[in-house]
Amino acid sequence: MSTAWETVIGLEVHAQLRTATKLFGPAPTAYGAPPNSQVDPVSLGLPGALPVLNAEAVRMAALAGLATRCTVHERSVFARKNYFYADLPKGYQISQFDRPICTAGHLDIAVDGASKRVGITRIHLEEDAGKSSHGPGGSLVDLNRAGVPLIEIVSEPDLRSAEEAVAYLRELRAILVYIGVNDGNLEEGSFRCDANVSVRQVGSDVLGTRCEIKNLNSFRAIRDAIVYEAARQVRVVESGQPLVQQTRLWDTDKARTAAMRSKEEAHDYRYFPDPDLPPLVIAPETLATWSAQLPELPAARRSRYRDQLGLDEDTLWHLCEEPERAERFERALGTETKPERARSLASFLFARVAGVLNKSDHTWADVDAGLDALAEVHDQWRAGKLSNKMLSTLLVQAFATHDDEAADPGTPAPFVAALSTARAAVGVLEVDAGALDAAVDAVIAAHPSQAAAFRGGKPQLLGFFIGQVMREMKGKADAKAVSALLRERLSSS
Amino acid sequence: MSLITLADAIQAGTTTATLATQGALARVGAHDDAVGAFVHVDEAGALAAAAAVDAQAAAGRPLGPLAGVPVTIKDLIAVAGQPLTAGSAMLAGYLPPRDATVVRKLREAGAVILGKVSLDEFAMGSTNEHAAQGPVRNPWDLGRVPGGSSGGSAAAVASGFGAASLGTDTGGSVRLPAALCGVVGVKPTYGRVSRSGVVAYASSLDQVGPLTQTVADAARVLRCIAGPCGEDATSLDPSGGADAEGWEAACGRGVDGLRVGVVSAWLDAVSDDVRLAVETAAAALEAAGATLHEVALPLAAHAVPAYYVIAMSEASANLARYDGVRFGHRAALSADDDLDALYAQSRAEGFGPEVRRRVILGTWALSSGYYDAYYDRACRVRRLVRDELTRTLQRCDVLLGPTAPRCAWPLGEALADPVATYHMDQYTTAANLAGLPAVSLPWGLGADGLPAAVQLHAAAFDEATLFRAAGALERAAPALPATPTGLTETP
Repeated sequence: MSTAWETVIGLEVHAQLRTATKLFGPAPTAYGAPPNSQVDPVSLGLPGALPVLNAEAVRMAALAGLATRCTVHERSVFARKNYFYADLPKGYQISQFDRPICTAGHLDIAVDGASKRVGITRIHLEEDAGKSSHGPGGSLVDLNRAGVPLIEIVSEPDLRSAEEAVAYLRELRAILVYIGVNDGNLEEGSFRCDANVSVRQVGSDVLGTRCEIKNLNSFRAIRDAIVYEAARQVRVVESGQPLVQQTRLWDTDKARTAAMRSKEEAHDYRYFPDPDLPPLVIAPETLATWSAQLPELPAARRSRYRDQLGLDEDTLWHLCEEPERAERFERALGTETKPERARSLASFLFARVAGVLNKSDHTWADVDAGLDALAEVHDQWRAGKLSNKMLSTLLVQAFATHDDEAADPGTPAPFVAALSTARAAVGVLEVDAGALDAAVDAVIAAHPSQAAAFRGGKPQLLGFFIGQVMREMKGKADAKAVSALLRERLSSS
Repeated sequence: MSLITLADAIQAGTTTATLATQGALARVGAHDDAVGAFVHVDEAGALAAAAAVDAQAAAGRPLGPLAGVPVTIKDLIAVAGQPLTAGSAMLAGYLPPRDATVVRKLREAGAVILGKVSLDEFAMGSTNEHAAQGPVRNPWDLGRVPGGSSGGSAAAVASGFGAASLGTDTGGSVRLPAALCGVVGVKPTYGRVSRSGVVAYASSLDQVGPLTQTVADAARVLRCIAGPCGEDATSLDPSGGADAEGWEAACGRGVDGLRVGVVSAWLDAVSDDVRLAVETAAAALEAAGATLHEVALPLAAHAVPAYYVIAMSEASANLARYDGVRFGHRAALSADDDLDALYAQSRAEGFGPEVRRRVILGTWALSSGYYDAYYDRACRVRRLVRDELTRTLQRCDVLLGPTAPRCAWPLGEALADPVATYHMDQYTTAANLAGLPAVSLPWGLGADGLPAAVQLHAAAFDEATLFRAAGALERAAPALPATPTGLTETP
């Protein structure tokens, strides 16, 4: 007899805050710097070094709380979490324990058209540890990351599938990127996730024994690990074995989780309030100021675009995932906001232009000053004044020119100038309506049997006619316009 | 010569910083083999600093309030270019990269740093016998302890090895040795002085304080080192530094109308010498115009156990950074030893027995299942003690009592019974738990010819009143011999 099982998931996200300096010391937080170069007496744990709280990190943590509808507490407390490890210089991590900065929030996700509210238990501020790397010759410790500010965002066990978990993480990631507190980079580890997974029979309201899954470095890994782990737990339970509460590591190569430590081996962290740090107090007026700084969040922007521009869900999600993407789109869109143009412009920018841009050395930031001109190019293309081939030549040339100029030691040529040169070189189609009409009529007249076959139900012959017309026009016509005219003439006569 | 007399003489040009420094170094050379106060003497650095002060004076440039004054620093406080051992084998060979804030401020005031002086390992002790380099001896009787943990500081000031020393006080570690060595020792209000660059023992209790020969000297040194610091989130100054300017003058203001609380219960378990000192001191304050008030502090009787639980708990975390990984002692390991073995062996070898005892007890008091019964309960007792003292100090301006239960005791006596030794702190820990300022000052010699002492407490950030009462007491106190009796015996 088979039972219906339900997966219950709660997520713990560690997001690095984008402050210039560490949570409790003056060392910079640059990623990828030479080992042990981003350190100071505080992050090295030197004798006599004391933590001093980074006010910007507090603002960012509070913003994260406000953006996820948490209560941001006027008073919270830092605590020492005690354990020994080689990349933990003080022998304790400064974190928050029973009095975190934010509690009781939520965010809404949508999976397969159904929306769901996911509870956020708490958000607390803490410092990151350093990094250990182990090799045959010994272990190496890099303390550049030690003391980098983190927020840990703990969800309620409200998620019921890997898809919901990924939707929650995508939404949370987008929110943190929108409010400017995190760069959302899973590969560099600035946005990390551990998943608490358990299973229970459908209809039960008791939580099963959970396992915490670590080492999840991509959305793909998160999805796969949850699916694997839920199936593993069901297998264990159905075979009559007891499920052990464990921490398990996801192995991407082997596509499975493996036990790391059990509950009995878990540390006693001996949390107690950090006597070096007075309670963190945020005045209500300060919180009000921060609240006013909150930008439009991804969900609100999606709903605005949906209502005003009639964009489909995939386009909405893609546009609104990164705030810069949406802002560029809005700048290029300008005041011409008819849904058809909006859809076409979105695909123009983030498919055609992005395709060329991604093959060059450039970033969107280089393109920003040329967004208006790119929108003009788009409109010309849509109006049939640029053929697909001309557009492609134009874009490739604009980025190549920009490339060449940028390679010079002097100041890089602005993209606007490169684009303008490329546009002049490619030109636009001078649509001579009379000549096109004549060419279309001549071609139809010259191929009566094909015309009859088309009308008789061979639409694939349209390509033949387009080719003939283009030859007649010596290539100086827009295929879209030719196609439209041919359809009209072939069906009418 | 007092610090202020010396500073004035250097200002006036009647002596020089170089002469003062040479004199102090000569006394160190003559007597420190017997006393054992120093961990490190920086003769070259001190003479260079003194020469710089003299050059400044010769050029007619204004001199700082401590210009040319030789001082010593407890070896728990970082001085750039000098070893920082915390009295422990764990930190043998460690050189701090920069000055502690208090040391930077001393230098800015013109002080000449003679070197680093001894202490109980990581400031854990009341006798200065728990020091890696061996005990410090009391300059009044070389067979007796100087008190601890700032025993090197107190012995140095008593011996004339510099006019002042910076100590640290977590449960009495400035006041207790000051009392046993016949000098003045001030524990400032918690937060008054920066802890940045000071090796932490118990962060919520630690405070740097001056040891000097006179009360006004202490006021001057404290003025120079006090003030909020951007590197210590617990440092603060409600008055914005205004009151510190008045401390020296407060020492001479007199006590007319001052309400003095006398804690009668604190005289029940003290030696006759100490009781007599407190009673005569009370009478002297009354004679000088103060009013006396009997005060009961029933909750303060629980200060010692609460203090030790909190201090050991905090210490267990504060000392976790001494792990053999980045600096300090690392045990020699064999190839198959793991990281846990590195920790266990390095720490077992690097820490002395008293430090190990406190780290183990503190770890235990914080652990799951014991936290509520020990650490959390101690914190609740602490709040009660603080509230009791705060309430009492609304009715009285200062509290008068003993510093230590007895005069200096023989070397070795305390090692046998740690708990009995912990009770040497029974009159000093309340000020740390409550964060209040307190001072110990000498009150003549007891029957054995050893210094006796009395202690005053005042309300938080009311050092002005503390100095006012202490100055008056000092004027009424029986004089001490100019040279400690232990030093006259040595050649």
